[in-house]
Amino acid sequence: MTSSKTVFTMSGGRVDLERRPVLRGIDLSVEPGEAVAVLGANGSGKSTLIRALLGLIPLSGGETLLYGRPPARFREWWRIGYVPQRLSVGGGVPTTIREVVASGRIARQRRLRPTSAADREATGRALAAVGLAHRALDPVQALSGGQQQRVLIARALAGEPDTFVMDEPTAGVDSGSQKLLAETLSVLVEQGKTVLLVAHELGPLEPLITRAVVLRDGYVCHDGPPPHAVGTHALPGHDHVHPHAEEEPVSPLDWRPTS
Amino acid sequence: MIELLQFDFMRRALIAALLVGLVAPAIGTFMVQRRLALLGDGIGHVALTGVALGFLTGTAPVLTAVLVSVLGAVAIELVRARGRTSGDVALALLFYGGIAGGVLLISLAPGGSNATLTSYLFGSISSVPVEDVWVIGLLATAVLGVLVVFGRELYVLCQDEEVARASGLPVRFLSLLIAVTAALTVVIAMRVVGLLLVSALMVVPVATSQQLTRSFTSTMLLSMLFGMISTVGGLTSSFYVEVPPGAVIVIVALTGFVLALGLGRFIRRSRPQESIP
Repeated sequence: MTSSKTVFTMSGGRVDLERRPVLRGIDLSVEPGEAVAVLGANGSGKSTLIRALLGLIPLSGGETLLYGRPPARFREWWRIGYVPQRLSVGGGVPTTIREVVASGRIARQRRLRPTSAADREATGRALAAVGLAHRALDPVQALSGGQQQRVLIARALAGEPDTFVMDEPTAGVDSGSQKLLAETLSVLVEQGKTVLLVAHELGPLEPLITRAVVLRDGYVCHDGPPPHAVGTHALPGHDHVHPHAEEEPVSPLDWRPTS
Repeated sequence: MIELLQFDFMRRALIAALLVGLVAPAIGTFMVQRRLALLGDGIGHVALTGVALGFLTGTAPVLTAVLVSVLGAVAIELVRARGRTSGDVALALLFYGGIAGGVLLISLAPGGSNATLTSYLFGSISSVPVEDVWVIGLLATAVLGVLVVFGRELYVLCQDEEVARASGLPVRFLSLLIAVTAALTVVIAMRVVGLLLVSALMVVPVATSQQLTRSFTSTMLLSMLFGMISTVGGLTSSFYVEVPPGAVIVIVALTGFVLALGLGRFIRRSRPQESIP
């Protein structure tokens, strides 16, 4: 671990899904403390990229490193908090919010050792952070999409990782939950945590993003400060079919990186 | 109930029934959440080949059934993990192979016929020998041990395989562990309800309790209770009325499910839905 503290390093990363090239040669590295948004149109390979960075999808070319190691040989998984796009329903066995959130501790737990006081405290803090402490014993199946998203974020928070990887945390989420997510994330960024998230539109997350990586057809077509009017509107090939009169222009100089 | 315990064969049968009722829904809860509800059926079919192999080679059928069904479960798991589109077809092929293999091998065994297999297909709990009770007890302990040691990890795996992978869990090992544990459970339950009905004990009590519960843990515990009520209740009634115990056990379990379905609807309706600010 001495060679590199860089969180993610992908060089020449290629991914084929069902023999169709999705990523065609990605060079990307993410340093600790960055808040990176991966943007792009549907089908541009955003989700594929973050899953490939975590080693969830094998590369067909190039290489990727997690804290300096290939994912297959990475051992410090407690440093990663992965937030999938949605809560998977599976076979529909009921499970409570607390059970799901507490399972976020798994990478820090030892087999045969019972749940510790530290585990319970971290779970409690995570539940409070997303405003679900009072419903901890409710089944997750009864929650709305935005509320389920909060549960998934709380699960990652419970693990107290260094790096959060989030797949479309704002997709299909009500504006209240989006604001809460933005608040939670800005606290994490202030604490020096690394955030890598995929988004279709940034919305309330825009102020805390320090860097945007825009994908197009499996290539990185922009890597730098979040472009003006971030989101699908800024993407190549986006059709403007509605007026933008109310949108306030935001200069890239208006934001300051949080240190 | 007391007069039941006067008979040796009935005492053995009750112990076997209790163990099976306890263990099958416990692993079943994980299988249902992982959408593997029919895995037990698949293994049950394959186990028939194992039973026939035992008769053919003069080995105890329970042992060969353990061997073949563990191999079958591993094969099913590999097919599931690899094939994405034709997975269920591949499983189906394995099911047919299991039954055909069983019928073929038993006909080659000296003095064997399809009738020999019937007691395994539909169960024969009242003729469980002492050694089998020991084997069942040992396997049941092994299954519960697996769940105690790996339960937390299996929960994460069954919720979301990608999250399990991104948490550094040994996903392939845990998937095989579920398959092998299911195979052991099938062999345990084989004598009680028969290979064709094994899966019912892994699935029906879980389906019953998930109508009534809110957490994964309580679903599992309640399903174990329902499992034991079904096996002991079914066995007891078959002692008084001349009917095959395996079938009665499954009917008792299904009756419980229908009752829970109605009760669950009533509970959910009377429970006020809160909203989050």
